[in-house]
Amino acid sequence: MKTIRALSEELKNGTLTSEELVRACLKKIEDENESLNAFIWVSPTAIDEAKAIDVRREAGEDLGVLAGIPIAVKDNILVQGWEITAGSQILENHVAAYSATVIKRLKNAGAILIGRTNMDEFAMGSSTETSHYGPTKNPHDKTKVPGGSSGGSAVAVAAGFVPCALGSDTGGSVRQPASLCGVVGLKPTYGRVSRYGLIPMASSLDQIGPFTLTVDDAALVMEIMEGKDENDATSIELSSTTAPELIEPDVKGLRIGLPKEYFVEGMDEEIRARIMEAVKKFETAGAIVKEVSLPHAKYALAAYYIVAPSEITSNLGRFDGLRYGYHSQGNDLLDTYERTRGEGFGREVKRRIMLGSYTLSAGYYDAYYKKALQVRTLIKQDFDEVLKEVDVILTPTSLSVGWDLGAKFDDPLTMYLSDIYTITANLAAIPAISIPCGTAHGLPVGLQLMGKAFDEHMLYRAGMWFEKNT
Amino acid sequence: MFTTEDVKKIAKLSRLYISEAETEQYREQLGSILEYVDQLQAIDTTGVAELQHAVAVENVFRADEPSCNPEERRRAIEMFSAKKGDLLEVQAVFSKDV
Repeated sequence: MKTIRALSEELKNGTLTSEELVRACLKKIEDENESLNAFIWVSPTAIDEAKAIDVRREAGEDLGVLAGIPIAVKDNILVQGWEITAGSQILENHVAAYSATVIKRLKNAGAILIGRTNMDEFAMGSSTETSHYGPTKNPHDKTKVPGGSSGGSAVAVAAGFVPCALGSDTGGSVRQPASLCGVVGLKPTYGRVSRYGLIPMASSLDQIGPFTLTVDDAALVMEIMEGKDENDATSIELSSTTAPELIEPDVKGLRIGLPKEYFVEGMDEEIRARIMEAVKKFETAGAIVKEVSLPHAKYALAAYYIVAPSEITSNLGRFDGLRYGYHSQGNDLLDTYERTRGEGFGREVKRRIMLGSYTLSAGYYDAYYKKALQVRTLIKQDFDEVLKEVDVILTPTSLSVGWDLGAKFDDPLTMYLSDIYTITANLAAIPAISIPCGTAHGLPVGLQLMGKAFDEHMLYRAGMWFEKNT
Repeated sequence: MFTTEDVKKIAKLSRLYISEAETEQYREQLGSILEYVDQLQAIDTTGVAELQHAVAVENVFRADEPSCNPEERRRAIEMFSAKKGDLLEVQAVFSKDV
């Protein structure tokens, strides 16, 4: 699969039509999806939509860069008229009544929505194994997990099904699967992209972000998706957007921080080696590299597993079996709620709902949720301080490369630990990107760059330079 | 640290039916997760504000006008588990014996 930039050029100069491109994508999905399980469903109208774009182009209409480009959608982002399950039985056969803001913006830009990708149930997981629709496999080795929770979207791009897929990132759910599958994954600054029409997991952490083959492509898609939306009160009026064409082509003088807390004794030596080789390249090209410290980062996972379950409990309260979704009739209303939710939700979702009910319950709120939000402040202060001294913070994206399917499935705490490098960016509400950085143990390694809130520009600059020079 | 009764109470608060086998599993798992997150208690957070958002935003307004698209409304109603006309039909909320 070529990049969006290259495909867009071909569509523009007439050497390729959108119909040809979409047909090629659908053919590849038909041939290879069964063994990977990246897509849950493929849109039967995609070819007609592509034809319509071709007609408009032929009529001389000046179409944007995404016109006619196929994009896959994680199954927790609403597309009106499409079924949406969030990987859960509780939403089986549920049809979206309206479209998410990002979907409206992409459609207005002429993007062709190809289908729905697999995910951990309600985005709770790090391996795409908790889906009601079965696990997704890593295209580099089908006995390994692709990461999660947006594993289907990561695989859709890594396997060459589509040049772009949307994911959502609450604790690393875009970056970690991007890392494990060898593609680019961006978690924008909280507030940059509207969450309207995203099935919420933890509302103070969730952001929609793209999977692409290059950083340049990620920036292209972000230009279309980002910006204030009156339907999401937490979305922010952006003073400027970053056009990829305006990004400096070098990293001379770029200040890079390596947090010592992320490079610890006992970390995977092959992953460390790949990351340090990348650091060396930046240094040789004139970047200034220094060690920095984020002393509260070690508490991030603990804070996350209070903040996220608390918000999950509240958000998933809406699944009552009455207004929509799975319904299991009980003897009375309470019985109906308990049966519907007990049967409809999977194990990991139930685990987190109960955890949140506990941490929010009377007498425990101050000790848990309030405490965790205070620790969030301390974590953010660490990042704010460090990001005064450096332009970007560089770390591995994941502790490990793709692991064996099933290996961590029954051990929640070990599974949670696999997000330890990504969670801090969500808690600190800053942007972060994962970029392919060679292989370790024969599988892809991801390099993570984190920056100041709303300074995606710096991540694009460092990332685009790195991918051009590797 | 967690008893079976605790887990049953939390499941009740969560409006979740869980089986006996699940109860035992959750007792262990929730216990170990809570033990892990308890490390936060060691941090002194006196006087530290709670973080809710990257940028301080407050009082976000929009026009107070009905904005529901009739088509969206119709599609939402179609998904009700049971209905009478346009209304959602549910089992009794209060029982006569109470």
